[in-house]
Amino acid sequence: MIRTVSYNIVQVLFIMAFAPLYAGVLSRLKEIIQSRRGPSILQPYRDIWKLFHKDQILSEETTWIYRLTPYLVFAVPIFVAILIPVLTDYPLIFAFMGDMLAGGFFLALGGFFAALAAVDTGNPYGPMGASRTRMVGFLAEPVFMIVFFTVSFVAQSTIPFIVQQKWIANPAAFFSPAHILLLIAFLMLILAEGGKIPVDNPTGHFELAMIDESKGLEFSGRGAALMKWGGEMKFLVLACIFLNVLVAPWGLADSQSPLAVLAAVPLILVKILLFAIALVVIESSLAKLRLFRISEFLGAAFITAVAAMVTSVFPGA
Amino acid sequence: MADPRVSVPEALNTLSAGLVLISAFAMVATRQVQGVVRSFVIQSLLLSASCFLIGYSRSSEHLWTLGGLTLAAKVIAIPLILRRLLPGEYYERREISQAVNIPASLLISLLLVVVSEFLVGPVAAGSADQVVRTNLPIGLAGVLIGAYSLIARREAIPQLIGILAMENGAFFAGIAIASDLPLIAELGVAVGVMLIAIVVGLLTRNIRQKLGTTEAAALSELKEEATTWR
Repeated sequence: MIRTVSYNIVQVLFIMAFAPLYAGVLSRLKEIIQSRRGPSILQPYRDIWKLFHKDQILSEETTWIYRLTPYLVFAVPIFVAILIPVLTDYPLIFAFMGDMLAGGFFLALGGFFAALAAVDTGNPYGPMGASRTRMVGFLAEPVFMIVFFTVSFVAQSTIPFIVQQKWIANPAAFFSPAHILLLIAFLMLILAEGGKIPVDNPTGHFELAMIDESKGLEFSGRGAALMKWGGEMKFLVLACIFLNVLVAPWGLADSQSPLAVLAAVPLILVKILLFAIALVVIESSLAKLRLFRISEFLGAAFITAVAAMVTSVFPGA
Repeated sequence: MADPRVSVPEALNTLSAGLVLISAFAMVATRQVQGVVRSFVIQSLLLSASCFLIGYSRSSEHLWTLGGLTLAAKVIAIPLILRRLLPGEYYERREISQAVNIPASLLISLLLVVVSEFLVGPVAAGSADQVVRTNLPIGLAGVLIGAYSLIARREAIPQLIGILAMENGAFFAGIAIASDLPLIAELGVAVGVMLIAIVVGLLTRNIRQKLGTTEAAALSELKEEATTWR
């Protein structure tokens, strides 16, 4: 009992500690691929440290939404992190508190408040970006739903731990055409939700073209640090769901001993590094889509997800 | 899915089946001629990988030959032929006007997947072989999507790729049920496919030189003088 609770805390600490590193590795790899040197992989830590030591400026015009949002954006990925298998193979204490849908809704809650806060400031660029994130969001929502429904159909559960177990126990279901379709749909979703290249340019500093970045424009000091850290954690959480539940359910700690849990950490980091390399290759080989092409991109993701459902629902698949 | 144990080549074959379906979608979804050809090459590569995998698991040298033929004809020869026959700028061109726009096309191809699963699923479910259950519906879906892109595309080369994709789909279903196809049939098909590519490529080149366009939809009216076309 105490052990699973402490593992849950370790899991959250893992996400909190490695999210900035992941962001740093991603940006460094991207710079290397584009034959530049790029910042140190520890740069996101330094940024967060610096922002925490700066004063926060709150406009008098803003309401409680603006004040609450950084904390919410920071807390939401932590909530999701206790629901999903990050390090361990067996369900932890809070695993049955919510399923994948609950995780999706939690993340959506953070996005919703971030959009509200962007509107709250009255900065013209904020609402523009917020409405765009909402556009991407509502196009991504049906894909999320279909992916979860297909997963629950194949694994007869939507609890991430159980889905992961199902795929270890039954490789035939893991190696089905539905699965690879599902993976691709989810990968497209991660690209859209994380504001990555075909949908949004994460390194762009041109306000008119921003989608995801514009939400944090108005925050300063501690608020900006929390928004930044929260965003990085959200991306790491999505990557953990993708890798540990859908792509490679192997390599997690399967025994109760603390040593096994610690031994799982480097394995997961290697998995995440491989995923980061794949992500960087995707990002560097594609061009950013025009805004109205995003609906086509996510439409393709939707079609892929529905095709996954179709191939798994009909007999014979 | 009753059998929890699955052999490695068959597992890889199912993965490639999923990717074959994805590349069929990609052929429908891309605007650029180059993108269409590229997705076709990927699909053919997956098809030959499937041939090798099933050939390995059933130890049938016919499938090995077929995989080799597919690799030589569709992955290497046909893209090279098309490359040689048509100038580079043709490939970078986008097909702006399509009979049906891309999201609708994708929805239609999804519907075709449903239809093929609906038709073949019950038949394939009777088979104990995992490969048959995987390849049959997806192969049929490949045929139908290829036929659809043949209808919906307006440029000559994407239409050609539509025919070849139909052929890919038929092969993908075929390798699962007939592992002992006579070699002469395989050779015939491989040569036939190459001939189609050469003939269509040459025709397209000549039409392009005369008329400056290869839009099949624009060729519906008869003109006496080709020089006054544009």
